[in-house]
Amino acid sequence: MNDYPRWKHILVALVAVLGVLFAVPSLYQKQPAVQVLANKSAVVDEALKERALQALQTRKISFDGVEIKDEHLLALFPNTDSQLAAASALRTDLGDNFTVALNLASTVPQWMRMIGANSMPLGLDLQGGVHFLMQVDQKSVLDVQEQRYVDDIRSLLRDRNIRNAKVNRAAQGIIVQASSSGDRDAIAAAIGKDLQDLVTTEGPSIGDQPSLIAKVKPERIKQIADNTIKQNVATLRNRINSLGVAEPLIVQQGDSRIVVELPGLQDTAEAKKLLGATATLEYRAVDENTNVAEAVRTGSVPPDSRIYYWKDGRPAVLKKKVIVTGDELVDASSAADQQTGTPSVSVALNSAGARKMLDFTSQNVGKGMAVVLVERTPEVRLVDGKEVRSAKITEEIINLATIRGVFSNKFQTTGLDSMKGASDLALMLRSGSLAAPVDIVQERVIGSTLGADNIRKGVTAVIVGLALVVVFVAIYYKVFGLIANVALLMNLILLVAILSIFQATLTLPGIAGIVLTLGMAIDANVLICERIREETRNGVTPFAAIRGGYEKAWATILDANVTHLIAAFGLMTFGSGPIRGFAITLAIGIITSMFTSVTGTHSLVALVFGRSAKLKSLPV
Amino acid sequence: MELFNPNSNIDFMRWRKVSLGVSALLMIVSVAIIFVRGLDYGLDFTGGANVEVTYENAIDVADVRAALTEGGFDKAVVQTYGGTNDFAIRIVADEQATSTTEEASVVANDKIAVKVLEALHAKRPDAKVVNSEFVGAQVGDELRSDGLVAVIFVIAGISIYLWIRFEWRFAVSAVASEIHDTLITVAAFALTGREFDLPALAAVLSVVGYSINDKIVVFDRVREIFRSSRKGDSADILNRSVNSTLSRTIMTGVTTALAVGTLYFLGGPALENFGLIMLIGIFIGIASSIFFANPVLLLLGVSKQDLMPVTRNDPELERRP
Repeated sequence: MNDYPRWKHILVALVAVLGVLFAVPSLYQKQPAVQVLANKSAVVDEALKERALQALQTRKISFDGVEIKDEHLLALFPNTDSQLAAASALRTDLGDNFTVALNLASTVPQWMRMIGANSMPLGLDLQGGVHFLMQVDQKSVLDVQEQRYVDDIRSLLRDRNIRNAKVNRAAQGIIVQASSSGDRDAIAAAIGKDLQDLVTTEGPSIGDQPSLIAKVKPERIKQIADNTIKQNVATLRNRINSLGVAEPLIVQQGDSRIVVELPGLQDTAEAKKLLGATATLEYRAVDENTNVAEAVRTGSVPPDSRIYYWKDGRPAVLKKKVIVTGDELVDASSAADQQTGTPSVSVALNSAGARKMLDFTSQNVGKGMAVVLVERTPEVRLVDGKEVRSAKITEEIINLATIRGVFSNKFQTTGLDSMKGASDLALMLRSGSLAAPVDIVQERVIGSTLGADNIRKGVTAVIVGLALVVVFVAIYYKVFGLIANVALLMNLILLVAILSIFQATLTLPGIAGIVLTLGMAIDANVLICERIREETRNGVTPFAAIRGGYEKAWATILDANVTHLIAAFGLMTFGSGPIRGFAITLAIGIITSMFTSVTGTHSLVALVFGRSAKLKSLPV
Repeated sequence: MELFNPNSNIDFMRWRKVSLGVSALLMIVSVAIIFVRGLDYGLDFTGGANVEVTYENAIDVADVRAALTEGGFDKAVVQTYGGTNDFAIRIVADEQATSTTEEASVVANDKIAVKVLEALHAKRPDAKVVNSEFVGAQVGDELRSDGLVAVIFVIAGISIYLWIRFEWRFAVSAVASEIHDTLITVAAFALTGREFDLPALAAVLSVVGYSINDKIVVFDRVREIFRSSRKGDSADILNRSVNSTLSRTIMTGVTTALAVGTLYFLGGPALENFGLIMLIGIFIGIASSIFFANPVLLLLGVSKQDLMPVTRNDPELERRP
């Protein structure tokens, strides 16, 4: 037995130590906390801390501590009740200049966090919160795009002097009716040259008019759909940040869905209001005749102008008359400027917008033009049993540039700070123009007490399940059973460690996956022990029996686990959240169990029986 | 401790006609149950709304139902959980609720919880909404088809692996056993009248994984004995493989059942179904490993020649761990 290679002993020991190190942080429970962040000009300082302390003390809310940490204020609480009470108290007392967010503070020691050992994040079903699944209406965006191509084809025909042609949208695409087949071929050639996102095919003649069907290329459709969802994710992220939820999860799921998870939140009304907000854009002329500083100080501006602000609070005086709105903008994309190489954003307008822009720019070269993003958040309140609808409107300047020349349907904004800045601007422009309607198709609210209850039950199930298996195996396989039990425990530790390292969210189905893994992981040891028993019955020496047992069982264990992994991957392939969590746990568990129950136990067996030279029988 | 006679030599193959007959009958009955009685699909699959309410003082279920009917929710399903104060109210998806505009659907969702509460308040003012859940009908439909795709993917993947590692007869037998186990497990679950939810689907797929594990162990032994024995009477060899793996089949079944049993008894409502289906599945899986998979192999005419190494195993895989 002493022939068991030393490096395997070392490997097993090393994995065990690392496993324990990375699994231990999950034992540290997170503490309910409230985080206070400063908006705009406000600062987090000692004075704020005093105000917060006062707010808590006057209301007799018990707390464990209030501290200033990385530009924000963090207050810790013994339970979620006082946390919620404190959050609402701080919101009222500190006012609009601060964002108050519910949070869970990590209690993992600093040195552990330094080496990247953190506790497993808990899923909504374990900590409570709100879950939304949102469906982005891609079709309406494609409709806007198709309408834009209709406009483009019309202006193309004007440019090429092709008369008497009709351009219309139909179910099968854009239909162009030409007056002659010569015209039709000319139109097809023109579209092929100038509008490369379209493919044209010959359509049936309508009366004596030959027709042409133009369709948007599939790759362009895919690109549009892709952009739509990305921009919706970005917009939602911006809005949710203002809601003050710690660690929100906003991810794309599939081609047209977005998952939004807001841990800790219990009231869906406010979240839904934000998610349901719509944004639009307004291009406005800069009022060049008014001194901005003067206007802000005195508050007096010409009647046709108004003061607008940037996100960071910088003011600008803009004309009230809108040049072009977001409805007329059909695309915005960032790129490096072809002449200077600086980051820029290209904007495309539809024909109506192009005409207004042409009129405006032809008279205002050298003057300023600003883009204002307007967000409208619908509010539905019940007053005396009746629904009252209102909207909260926020306006903010997102860009201000000087007009360098006369332009109409296509123009560029150049001289932006960075590519990041350019792509952010393009994203905001799109979110104010191409915003697709978003439907909430799934909604789930998990109460925080329910979450705590789920954790308690889940952990109990894991412990009791483990204990039952351990006792049973120890009785049945004696010393080998005990060794298998050590490996089983190790498997649990490794599983938790790996889930923590990847920061995989632990959900209730994930706990089911852990329990199932524990039940099945022992299978490899059952196989090995049964084989060793068989070998012993065949009359070989104990050492030969051990070696034979491990050797013969290995092929079976491998086949069994590979097929089981295939089943786990099958579960993973269909992307639904809870099942995926289960499948990931299961798959990791299968892999770790192969290591612990084969390599791990073999190492222990070699250590236990390796030294007794005259082993007569095996306690198996 | 040994519970099983190591030299057991029960002639399972002799009873193969009976055992296959019973299996076939069970499968037919299962299909009938699944199609006639049907599964009581959960909210995840049907779409709709689920509102959990709690009353400060005890109330009778009938009163809650009456209050809902008066409020216009005549199709609502009311269930109690944890005493006489807590109720779960299920409302099946209204097509209008998943309408095209964002605002309309937000309002529709809000309305369900609000309206339910209004209806309840009309009778008793001490009702409170604890939890609410809403699933669009389309999401549910997709989930069902995705679940089917996943089952097919798993069965296809496993049979390809078995075909490569063993032989086509083993793949066919394994797939037949999978279908056998899945059908009977789902049918048995349908008889309990419980709701088939997302964890239940995960459990069904886990049953597939568990059951295939079991078959592999027996098949591995079949292959080994076929290769090592000089005379190759198939029925005898299949019998010996089942007998020599019998204690392992049952032992692993017991340990897994112990683990998932705790989920059923202690895991709470969210994991109960998972535990129950796994328990049923483990039992069926053990039975089919003993009485179904090998008889099917014999029926397909597995022989020594089929397993003699043209496709020998990769030596790398046979290596000691």
